[in-house]
Amino acid sequence: MQLSLDHITKTVGPSVHLYPLSLAPVPGAVTVLLGATQAGKTSLMRVMAGLDTASSGRVLVDGEDVTRRPVRERNVAMVYQQFVNYPSMTVAQNIASPLRLRGERDVEARVRALAARLHIEPFLDRLPAELSGGQQQRVALARALAKRAPLMLLDEPLVNLDYKLREELREELSALFAAGEATVVYATTEPGEALLLGGHTAVMDAGELLQYGPTAEVFHRPKSLRVARAFSDPPMNLLPARRSAQGGLRVAGALDWPLDLPLSAGDDFVLGVRAGGLRERAQPGDLAIEGRVELAEIAGSDTFVHVHSAVGELVAQLVGVHKLDLGAPIRLYLHPDQLFVFDASGPLVRAPLARQGAH
Amino acid sequence: MALIELDLAHAYGPDPRTDEDYALLPLKMAFRDGGAYALLGPSGCGKTTMLNIISGLLVPSQGTVRFDGRDVTRESPQQRNIAQVFQFPVIYDTMTVAQNLAFPLRNRKVPQAEIHQRVGRIAEMLELSGQLDHRAAGLSADQKQKISLGRGLVRSDVSAVLFDEPLTVIDPHLKWQLRRKLKQIHHELKLTLIYVTHDQVEALTFADEVVVMSRGRAVQKGTAADLFERPAHTFVGHFIGSPGMNFLPAQAVRGGVLVNEQPLAFQDGRRLPEGPVKLGIRPEYLRLGEPGDGRSLPARVSRVQDIGTYFLLSCELGEHTLKCRLGAEAAPPAVGDTVHLRLLDAHTCFYRDEQLVENMA
Repeated sequence: MQLSLDHITKTVGPSVHLYPLSLAPVPGAVTVLLGATQAGKTSLMRVMAGLDTASSGRVLVDGEDVTRRPVRERNVAMVYQQFVNYPSMTVAQNIASPLRLRGERDVEARVRALAARLHIEPFLDRLPAELSGGQQQRVALARALAKRAPLMLLDEPLVNLDYKLREELREELSALFAAGEATVVYATTEPGEALLLGGHTAVMDAGELLQYGPTAEVFHRPKSLRVARAFSDPPMNLLPARRSAQGGLRVAGALDWPLDLPLSAGDDFVLGVRAGGLRERAQPGDLAIEGRVELAEIAGSDTFVHVHSAVGELVAQLVGVHKLDLGAPIRLYLHPDQLFVFDASGPLVRAPLARQGAH
Repeated sequence: MALIELDLAHAYGPDPRTDEDYALLPLKMAFRDGGAYALLGPSGCGKTTMLNIISGLLVPSQGTVRFDGRDVTRESPQQRNIAQVFQFPVIYDTMTVAQNLAFPLRNRKVPQAEIHQRVGRIAEMLELSGQLDHRAAGLSADQKQKISLGRGLVRSDVSAVLFDEPLTVIDPHLKWQLRRKLKQIHHELKLTLIYVTHDQVEALTFADEVVVMSRGRAVQKGTAADLFERPAHTFVGHFIGSPGMNFLPAQAVRGGVLVNEQPLAFQDGRRLPEGPVKLGIRPEYLRLGEPGDGRSLPARVSRVQDIGTYFLLSCELGEHTLKCRLGAEAAPPAVGDTVHLRLLDAHTCFYRDEQLVENMA
């Protein structure tokens, strides 16, 4: 199903929730809406669903204008942050409800199959309140899947679940989405979640759609500083830089780096280095930054090292466990090819050199 | 501040008989004066029960809570002198930020000059100095939660400050700053802090020591490095790390192990008691080896994910799926390729009955 939003806006009283935006999520695939709270993700989803009407612009489904058509006349399944189930119905009845509504046959077998896919088979006869949060959200997901709607909207569906459960359910969901039966739109505030889901990502900020494309591509080639900020966790390290007389760059008024930039670009830049782009071990052609360890956060799979350096505060993401003393000197390395270069006014001037892609 | 010692168990119903009847199984644990601790586990693991017992909101069904050796089991949070920060902001909308921060001090009749000094310091640490005169009502959820944190930290005379999932409502970017602030505040103020969360990143980065809990049991207490490198229990291996540790059934034999009936040889001289074990290796330590190197087995790549700064491989070895995290420097293998996974490494752990098997000397 091809959903198209054509110059949509949404204003409520004096406040603008959505600035004019057009978006056509790739059919049969996952589109992640990525942005902080208040970025406009939920407003946009409500317009997609028909729960709210856009203030201007059109919503098209397979070319047909459905802008003013209310949600009950559209074929949409939604899953919310809060676990929404019918409290007085059993799990089985909850999952069956959209099937019965359409008078389908083989309801019991379908319910069983869905419950098996979401690992809630043992709880079919229980009431939602008797289940844990993770199980309740699985029921809501099963009900949404039962609907077999060509458009599935998920608004931060995992945010109220335990970290580990989130990991598990996210993996199961991406396997379900991979079947390509529905066009899926999935809102999240977490860059890491967007990367794990893959698919395509639409980056939103303060009511604006900033960029839409394949997730890895948007991550590796954010077209502006704003996109890079929204799509980095840990936050991207940003260093002010100015073209120097010698042809290179003077970085943060402290270091000279021999970087070759297109002549057409201006004189003032912001250099971006993702935390994962900083290393403790040198490789050929690296630039070095001296600093002092302010804090080393061992987070399990990664250690986040906060460094006070000549070019400002930096965060480095090192793989595994690194024990570093507070105040100890540290030298971080990065390869100039790994730098993002933005014009000081925001647009990307140069992305890191393309890597061997996956997918 | 105080040394907190627990020697207790808790069941919500009468007459607990089986392990399942306990919200908290019998445990002994000490929290040192001035330490930063986290209680980490999935919902229902008993972490909030433990926190409520420490704070005095809940009296354990058996055993005692001691603060500096004194039995406080039946004392209220006020009597124990506990400060608490909850998941959602608890502040007064009609007051200014400064009045909110001062409130716990005024309640305790702290002299005005000291209130002024302390509020100023906490506000500065949390970057709220510019908003001290603003009314709390107009602030965002993030800002309000910062004030809640400030209110928890403002008193210098507390026995401990307890946090119950305090960063839940905070956006990822601000989480970064706040986690760091909390750590700095801990270094400066030396308060005893106990923090409950299901989020391993928050727990590991915040605490000097983390208590990992599962089904009413404290499974392991240790530093972030201990929990990551030497998980004492398969649950810890699975729960810590993202994704968690890979596990494979194996058979310990003289000089090595059999995995999938194929022999792998220890090359670091380690010795295990013979018999069935589980081999555990983290995705971060699982490297690609060579065919016939004696410690690798072939597996088929079923998925390759570009996670931005690294690649995550899913590999099928028999009926098991193993995750492998590869750096972004080199091109990853493609789906369908056969790779050789190096299962034996200095970081490989072995488990029997879900418990870590120590190497024999």
